[in-house]
Amino acid sequence: MFKYLPHTHEDIAAMLKTIGVDDIDALFGDVPKSLRNQEIKIPNSLSEIEMHQHFYTLSKMNTPLIPFMGAGAYDHYTPSVIRHLIERQEFLTAYTPYQPEISQGTLQYIFEFQSMITQLTGLDVANASMYDGATATGEAMFMACALAKKETIFISRTVNPNIINVVKTYAEYKGIHVEMIEEEAGQTSRAALQEKLASTPTAGLIVQTPNVYGFLEDLTGVKEALEQHKALLIINQDPSTLSHLKTPHAWGADIAIGECQTLGVPLSFGGPYIGYMATRTKYMRKMPGRICGVTKDTDGKRAFVLTLQAREQHIRRDKANSNICSNQSLLALFVTIYMSIMGKKGVYEVQQRSYDNAHYLYEKLLALPTFSAYADQPFFKEFTVRTTLDVSAMNQALQAAGYLGPLPFSKFDSSKQDLVTFALTEKRTKQEIDAVLDIIREVA
Amino acid sequence: MYYDKLIFDLSTEGRKGYTLPKAEVKRYDLPKSTYLRDDCPGLPEVSELEVVRHYTNVSFKNFGIEKGFYPLGSCTMKYNPKINQDMANLPAFASLHPYQPIDTVQGVLKVYHDTQTWLSEISGLDTFTLNPYAGAHGELIGLMIIKAYHRDRGDSKRTKIIVPDSAHGTNPASATVAGLESVEVKSNPDGTVNLADLKAVLGDDIAGIMLTNPNTVGIFEKDILEIARLVHEAGGLLYYDGANLNPLLGVARPGDMGFDIMHINLHKTFSTPHGGGGPGSGPVGVTKALKPYLPKPVVEKQGDQYVIIDEPKTTLGQISHFYGNIGVVLKAYTYILSMGREHLPEIAKYSTLNANYIKESLKDVYQLPIEGICKHEFVFDGLKDKSTGVTTLDVAKRLLDFDVHPPTIFFPLVFKQTIMIEPPETESKQTIDHFISIMRQVALEASQEPDKVKGAPYNTVVKRLDEALAARKPIVKYKDLETN
Ligand SMILES: Cc1ncc(COP(=O)(O)O)c(C=O)c1O
Repeated sequence: MFKYLPHTHEDIAAMLKTIGVDDIDALFGDVPKSLRNQEIKIPNSLSEIEMHQHFYTLSKMNTPLIPFMGAGAYDHYTPSVIRHLIERQEFLTAYTPYQPEISQGTLQYIFEFQSMITQLTGLDVANASMYDGATATGEAMFMACALAKKETIFISRTVNPNIINVVKTYAEYKGIHVEMIEEEAGQTSRAALQEKLASTPTAGLIVQTPNVYGFLEDLTGVKEALEQHKALLIINQDPSTLSHLKTPHAWGADIAIGECQTLGVPLSFGGPYIGYMATRTKYMRKMPGRICGVTKDTDGKRAFVLTLQAREQHIRRDKANSNICSNQSLLALFVTIYMSIMGKKGVYEVQQRSYDNAHYLYEKLLALPTFSAYADQPFFKEFTVRTTLDVSAMNQALQAAGYLGPLPFSKFDSSKQDLVTFALTEKRTKQEIDAVLDIIREVA
Repeated sequence: MYYDKLIFDLSTEGRKGYTLPKAEVKRYDLPKSTYLRDDCPGLPEVSELEVVRHYTNVSFKNFGIEKGFYPLGSCTMKYNPKINQDMANLPAFASLHPYQPIDTVQGVLKVYHDTQTWLSEISGLDTFTLNPYAGAHGELIGLMIIKAYHRDRGDSKRTKIIVPDSAHGTNPASATVAGLESVEVKSNPDGTVNLADLKAVLGDDIAGIMLTNPNTVGIFEKDILEIARLVHEAGGLLYYDGANLNPLLGVARPGDMGFDIMHINLHKTFSTPHGGGGPGSGPVGVTKALKPYLPKPVVEKQGDQYVIIDEPKTTLGQISHFYGNIGVVLKAYTYILSMGREHLPEIAKYSTLNANYIKESLKDVYQLPIEGICKHEFVFDGLKDKSTGVTTLDVAKRLLDFDVHPPTIFFPLVFKQTIMIEPPETESKQTIDHFISIMRQVALEASQEPDKVKGAPYNTVVKRLDEALAARKPIVKYKDLETN
C-alpha cells in the first residue's frame, strides 16, 4: 500500500471479478509485448520526512539575493492573505469552469480580474489570462494580423528582447513578417516608424512602455500615424505602472498586453507568472483565450459563465482564434486578491515608493563620476545608466554582500557593454540602497 | 444564504487592507502630465478581513477534488498532494530572481534538470524542455519542431498534419498556429486509427501525425507500431499528445512506440493542481535527432555544474519569457520523488482497474459504444434508453446535485452523447461504488421521472444557466453591470 493508492487486495479482487479478468495484467493485453516495460529508472520513493531533508539540501544550493534588477521580473511584496486564499482547495484543485453551476467561484474571480484589468488599461474588455506577457504579445500580433488581414507586424527595438524573441518565433511559423522599428535615444524612433509605415503595409505596431530601458515612451501622435495606414496600436505595459501612467486606452491602443507578475506575484525563478490582454469591444470576438460573462439561471438569478466560446479551440478547432486552453487562472485569482488587498490607494502607494526608490538611486548614481545618463528620458521604477565601471566586478561585489546587481545590458545587446539597468520596488529600504551605493563606490 | 457580492460591491472610500513601512526616501516629482493618467483606476477599497471573507465565500461556490469525486475524462483529476505545495512554496525557491548568477541557483537548476531527466526515463524520449506553459503550448512547440525539421531538410512542401477526428480541439488549433494545415482522418468504430484511411492520406505533403495513446475514447492503439512505421516510411514524424500518459506509467513508453515528439501535462499525470484553469506546465520531449530544435534557453549539466544556455548553437527560438512555470515543476518533481520507482508504475494499473470497473458496472444502463478493455478512461454514448429524451447534458446536471463532479461531456466528438469517465488511481473502491450507485440512480430517474432530470440541478448555488444570453449581450466587467 502507498499513501496515495487506496486499493486493498480485497478491493482489487472484487473489481477484477466484476470486470471478468483474472489479474490486472490482463487489462494490458492489448499493449504489444515488445513495448511492455515495468521498470522506471527513477529514484526510490521518499517519505515526507526524507522529502523535507532532501529539500533542505536543495535549498542550501540556492542563495536568494536582494534584487536591484528587474528585466521582466520584479520583487514586489506579496501580502500574506493571498497564499492562504489561493490555496483553498476550492480554487486550487478545480478544473476549468466548464460546469458553471459548480464553478461560480472561479467564474466570479475571472469576472473580477477582467474588471480590474479594464480599470487599469482603460480598455473595454479583458480576457481571463494568457501564459505570460511575452506569449500574450505573440497572441496580440496574431489578433492584429487577423483583424487587419495583413501579414506584417512592426515591433519596436525598445521592447524587451525576450518578448521580441517570442514574437519572432510565433511569427516565423505562422508566416508573419516582423519588421523592427529602430531606437533613438532610448525611445522608439518616430522617424524610423514614419519611414517604415510609408514603405511597408503593416497590421500594427508593438511598443512597450516603460520599455526595456525602463524609459517611458511618449506615444503622442503614434495612433494617428498608424491609423493613416490602417494599422493597429498594440501596447505592452506593466499593469502595475497604470496606477500612475497614461493608460493604453488614452494612447489610443487597440490591444494592450503585459505581464502581471508585478502585481505581487513571487519571482519564483521566472514562473508561473500571468499575461493579460485587453481590447476594444469591437474586437472582442477576435480576442484569444477565455472570457467570462454574465447571464441568468432558470430562476432569473445572476450568474457567471464562459462566453463567446465559438472563438475557442474546443468549438472551432483549426479555425479558432488561438490554441490556448489551460492558462494561468489561479494567478488571475492571485493578482485579483492583490489588487483588492492593496486597493486603489495601496496599488498607487506601492508604485510611488518604487518610483521614489528608483529616483533616489538614480540621483545618487549620477552624482558619482563613474555613472552618467544613457538618455534623458523619464522613467518609472527601472532605469538604464552608462557606467565606466567593470560591470561584472561591480556585480560580483554586490553579490558578495547579498545583492543582485543591475542587469548588464550586454545580456540583451552585446554592443552595449557599458549600460546597466536597475529596478527598485517598494521592498528596497533606504539602508539597502545606501549599502549598494557604498559597494559601488568601493568598486570605483 | 447565497453570496452574490462582487469585491467592488464591498468598497468603502478610505478603507484599506495593507500596510507599508514608513517612507524613508523623499517623494520625487512625477513626469510631466503627457505620461500620466488623469483618473484613478477603480479598484476596490476594502479591509483585510473583508477581502478574506469575500474570497472565502466565493470559494464556497466551487467544487474541488478535496470535496468529492472528480471523474473528468481527459483531465486526470487525481489528488494533489499537500507536500508538493509546501516544497514549491519554500522561500529558497520562490524568492529567486530568474537572472540570478548560476552559482546561486544550483538547487532549482538541479530540480529542473532532474525533472527533465526523469521525464525522459518515463517517456522514452531523449531530451526534454520544461519551457512550455501548458499542453497546448507544448503542442505548438512540438509542431514548430516538426516544421523546422522538414524545412532544414529542404522538404518544405510538407505542410499538412494528420489529426484524428477524436483529437482534442487544441491539436488542430495548434497546427494552425504553427502554420500547418490539419487533415482529419476518421476513426474506426472502436475509436482507433483506420489504417486504410491513414495510408490514403500519407504522402510527400505530410509533415506528421498527432496522436494520443490510449486515444481519447480510452482505447490503446494496438497497431501503434505499424502506424509509426507507415508514417515514418512516408517521411512524416509522430507527435504524442501526453494528456493520456497516466495509464502508460510502468506499462509502455511513447518513445518506444515510435513517437518523435511529445508533451506531458504536469497538471494531469504528475498531480499538479489545475487551479481552475492553470497554471499548468507542458514539457516537450524529443528524440536525439530533434534535440537541436528545442527552444531556448536550455538547462544542462556540465560536469557537476548546472548551467543555463541562453544561446544554444541551434534552436527553434524562444517561446516563453523565462524558463517555464518553475513553481509547477517543483510540485511535479516532489510528486515523482514521493511515488518513486516503487509506486509510479502502479498508477497505470489502478487507474485502468478503476475505469474498467466503472464501465462494467454501468454498461447495462448507459450506452457503451466500444466493448472490451479500456485504459484509464472510457466513454458512454449517453443513456441506454434514449426514449425519454434525457440527454447527456441532463445527466451531467443531475450529477451536480449529488456532490460528484460530472464526467467530461460532448468530447470527443465521435459520439453524439459522449460521457467520458476517468477515475484516477487515487480513488478508492468505496468512492467509485458510491459514484456507480449515483449514476444508476440518475439512470433510474431518467426512465421514471425524466422531467426531474431535465430540470436539474436543484441543489447548486445557481440553477441551469442561459449560456446563449451571455453571448448575445456580453457583460464582461463590473462597469457593464452598473450600466445594464
Ligand atoms: C487530449 C488533450 N489534449 C490536449 C489538451 C490541452 O492541454 P492544456 O489544457 O494543458 O493546454 C487537453 C486538456 O484539456 C486534452 O485533454
